[in-house]
Order: sequence, then structure tokens, then C-alpha cells
Amino acid sequence: MTLVLDNVCRKVGAETHIRDISLTLERGSLNVLLGATLAGKTSLMRLMAGLDAPSSGRILVDGQDVTGWPVQRRSVAMVYQQFINYPSLTVYENIASPLRVARLPSAEVDARVQDAARLLKLEPYLDRKPLNLSGGQQQRTAIARALVKRADLVLLDEPLANLDYKLREELREELPRVFAASGAIFVYATTEPSEALLLGGNTVTLFEGRATQFGRTPLVYRHPQDLVTAQVFSDPPLNTLRASKTGSTVALSTGGQGPAAGAFAAAPDGEYTVGFRAHHLGFESTGRDEIAIPVKVSLAEITGSESYVHLSAGEHRFVALVAGVTRLQPGAAVTAYLDPRHVFLFDERGRLAAADLAKAA
Amino acid sequence: MTGTVAIGPSETKVSAAPLAANKAVPRPRVNGRVVVMTLYLLFLMLPIYWLVNMSLKTNTEITSGLTLWPQEITFQNYVTIFTDASWYSGYINSLTYVLINTVLSISFALPAAYAFSRYRFLGDKHLFFWLLTNRMAPAAVFALPFFNLYSAIGLFDTPWAVALAHCLFNVPLAVWILEGFMSGVPREIDETAAIDGYSFPRFFIKIFMPLIASGIGVAAFFCFMFSWVELLLARTLTSVNAKPIAATMTRTVSAAGMDWGLLAAAGVLTIVPGALVIWFVRNYIAKGFALGRV
Repeated sequence: MTLVLDNVCRKVGAETHIRDISLTLERGSLNVLLGATLAGKTSLMRLMAGLDAPSSGRILVDGQDVTGWPVQRRSVAMVYQQFINYPSLTVYENIASPLRVARLPSAEVDARVQDAARLLKLEPYLDRKPLNLSGGQQQRTAIARALVKRADLVLLDEPLANLDYKLREELREELPRVFAASGAIFVYATTEPSEALLLGGNTVTLFEGRATQFGRTPLVYRHPQDLVTAQVFSDPPLNTLRASKTGSTVALSTGGQGPAAGAFAAAPDGEYTVGFRAHHLGFESTGRDEIAIPVKVSLAEITGSESYVHLSAGEHRFVALVAGVTRLQPGAAVTAYLDPRHVFLFDERGRLAAADLAKAA
Repeated sequence: MTGTVAIGPSETKVSAAPLAANKAVPRPRVNGRVVVMTLYLLFLMLPIYWLVNMSLKTNTEITSGLTLWPQEITFQNYVTIFTDASWYSGYINSLTYVLINTVLSISFALPAAYAFSRYRFLGDKHLFFWLLTNRMAPAAVFALPFFNLYSAIGLFDTPWAVALAHCLFNVPLAVWILEGFMSGVPREIDETAAIDGYSFPRFFIKIFMPLIASGIGVAAFFCFMFSWVELLLARTLTSVNAKPIAATMTRTVSAAGMDWGLLAAAGVLTIVPGALVIWFVRNYIAKGFALGRV
């Protein structure tokens, strides 16, 4: 099936939760809703599911307007961030619940439940109550229930956010695989850019209830069409500063200047907001077309294989991601180097003005 | 002990000498907890014991002097109650309207509490609070209008009269208790059920009610108890056919003189149903008193 959101808005009281979103989700596609908390991911999912009705706009399934339809009539499955199961039923009955409602013959129910349980490694726990399971097993139960229904639209609202990271990695790999065979539209909400990249598929970036961009995930990551999208799709946060290009040189608002190479080469003279990701800021000069920025180290976070170096330059704050354990000490004044081929230039309205499309991101 | 007295008083407190001295002189140990608990139980149980005590005595023994236990145990009082229709029908009448009331209260309170717990509507918070105003007025205030109304429509002296009148107090209470329990169930469970395809009634009965079963039990218990012990409305709204046991007890006093033993036996039997219900919901009572908000 194809799910089309046509200029959908949702207002609750005076607040606008969803602002004029139009999307087309194709059969068998994996779609990631990426945005910070309160960006509207859950609101959008609830509209897709039919749990809430849009204030204006239409929702179409295979060309048919389903806007006012109750959720029971739609072919939808949903998994919440909280582990939602029926505490009074066993794991088996929890998974079987949508099939029981649909009055499938019990042999069919049993076959599907056993299949799902095997896929999600729940077989030993089928006779238990959900509250006697670990968090990961509870969430697997919820996922299994979404799976057995064979719904056309599967919505996963930050399903891994409450799990520890080992389980997350395991389940994140399994999830797309588990649902891929079903041919359903798969929608996955997350706050983490890295999760979107790992899942692949398409990404919708959401910001304050707006869909800022929709496209293939790597494409959105490498070619954000505006500043907000780039910010939503960057972790650690996108570094920004102001720069003005005159002729063949670029002068930065933080002080420092460099040759107008890379993204700057094609851009007309003028003022730009420069956005660049943390791993494109380094402390070693390569000697080619670089912009040098004088900065002060304010903090170094070491994860082991990488170091996040927090820097300040005037009132600007940057984060640099460098390999290995950094030896930079807080308070040290150093020079950071930025490769102009890896930057995005945004005009005063936040639209992408220029980027070296081959090298950006 | 004299040796330790010679040491300065401030040192006496920390030195081991007095402790050792105390150990050396054996004294009978009094366990404070046992004393307190014994006294507590004594005061708690004394009236009930006295009631049971009286119910097993003859009237002669009761009036002739103080005896701590029956000198001559008699079950005649109980036999009278179970064989005399004017007595046992009182229990049947009471139980009838109490059960009708409990069922009515819970079945009206369940959807109401669900609405208060799940939906936002105009004036919901005010309505929820003002539900309780029915409990603020004494029952006597409502006795007259109820009497007049029921006489007019032919409900007077039926179990339904009392059962409906008690709903005035019990429905709000049940709504408050159930709302607390329902709000403890995540809204997402309702939505998951809808997504799974459950119709609302089916979800409510199959999924939701088992989740708040203890709340329903507690609410039913409170309805039962309030209705069981309420005397004024029950007596005003009945005369002969639906006369509750409490009314039977008060009316019999003057008619046949003071039959102390019989009254005590009736009192004991009146405690039994409440005690039974409490036994069944004992684990949830505390949560019920907190209106489910624990």
C-alpha cells in the first residue's frame, strides 16, 4: 500500500503540533522520522495510525481517503517507547491478541505466534506474564505483536530508547530484517542521527512540527537543504559560524581567514552561515586550502577511541571530534583547521546556498 | 556500682562499667512492643468481645451482674434469629438492597471513572470535584425528598428504594476510587488494544477490567460497607416489606422490652458480612483509602 499525507496539520488548543506536512510513503519502504524531543515525531505517527485525526489535510491509503477512519478499521501496528503489553495476559496471548480479535483459526494463530516468537527469541517465555520479563523481552513481545498482525503500516516510536545499548544494537539490526519480508510500510521514529544512518532507507527530518526534508537517508545527511535539517541531522551538534566571502578570501566572524576554496569557490561574494560537522574540524594542518580558526579548548571528553574537544572562539562554541585520546588541555589556545570542501553555506534565510556536493558531510 | 559513681558523670555515660554492672544484676525483661500490642488489641477487641459474650448469655445473667464470660453458654438467641422470619428477613432485606446498590454503583461508576480518567471535556475537573458534594450533606437532608418521591412513584418500602438512595453517596465514591486506579493504567494500553482491533466494549471487559480488578474490588467493598451500615435512609424509606436488620433491631427494643441477648446476637451477625468482605479485599484496602493513588 501507499500512504499519502496531504497537507496534514494538527493543532491542540493554541499549539500547533504538526504544521502542514505532505509525505508519500511507498510500500515496503523503511522511513525514519528524525527529530529532537517535541519535534512532532509521535504526533505524526499518531496521525498516520489514526489514533488522532488531523485538524486539516487528508490521509490517503492507496488513493482512498481514510482521514476519519477509526484505528480499528486500518491495517496498522504500533510499538511504543514504553514497553506496552497487556499485563493480565501471558506473552503468548499478548502476541496472539490481534489475531484473536480477527478470529483467525487457532492453528493459524499458533503458527504465526510461534514464528514471531522464534524470530524474536521469545520461545522460552511464552507462558510468562510480561511484567516478569526483562525490558528487552517486554519490548520484543510488543514487537512480536506488531509483527504477527502483518499490518500494512508498522509504526515504531523510539522502540529502543528505553533499552540498554547492547540490546539496542542487537534489536536495531534485527528490526528492519524482521519486517522487510512483510512488504509493509515501516516507520521508525528516533532522536539519534546515527540510528537513522544505521537503519538507512528514507529519512524525514522534523523540526517544530515541520518536515524540513524527506529523501534517501544518506542523501539527506550529505545534502541537507537548509540549516535546520543539517542541525537536526548532526550529532554532536552542527558547528556554525558566520563568514563573508570577498573575491578569493573568506573572513570568519570568529577571526581567522582562508582561501575561498571548496564550497566557497562557486558561491557569489557575500555573507553566509557556515555549518560543519564535528569530525571535519581538526588540529593538524594538511597544508592544502584550509581555513584556520584560532580557538580555546574548554573541555575534552574522551570516549576511548575518540575525543570530543569543546572549543570556544569569542561567543561561538564548537565541538571537534578527533580520533584517539587528545592531549589538549582545557584553557589551551590552539588553531583549528577547517577544510572548506566539507562545509555547508546557508544564506540569511537558512537555505543551502552552496556546498561541495562531492565532498560535503 | 559504687566504683563507677566515683568517676565523673560525663564519663559514666561512655564507660563500659555501668553496662557491665547492669548485666551482672539480672532483671525481668519487659518487652515494650508486646505490652503495647496487647493493650492495643485489648482496647480494639473489648467491645466486640463483649458483644459476642453477651450474645451467648441468658438475659438473666446479663442483668444480674458482671461476668467476664458466659457462665452458662446458650445459643438460643441465634436460634431465634435464624428461625423467626421477622428477624432473618431483616438480613435478607439488607443484603438485597446492599447487593443491588453495589452492582448499580460499580456499573455506573466504571464508565464515568473512565471518562474522567481518559478524556478532557468541558468542566471535567469541576464535575469530578463536585461529585463529592453529595457526600458533604448529611443523609437526613435527603431523607425527606426521597421519601416523598418514592411514595409518589410507588418505590417506597422496596429494596430498590434504599439501593437507589444509597447510590447518591456510593456512585461518587466509586468514581473517585476507580478513577485513581484507572489513571494508573497507561493510556497506551487502550491505544494498543484499539490498534490490535479491539472494539471499545471488548477492550474494556477483556483487557481493561482485569487491570483494575483490585480497584473494582475496593470500590465494591466501600459501597458494600457504606450501604450496609447506613441506617437513616434505609429506615426512612422502608416500613414492613423491605425493613433492614438495623431497623428491626431498633424497633424490637421497645416492643418486647430489652432482650439484651437477642440484640447482641443480631449485632454479631451484622458484623459478619462486613468482616467477610474485608477479609477478601484486605490487601487492597490501603490503596483504596488513598483512592488508588499510591
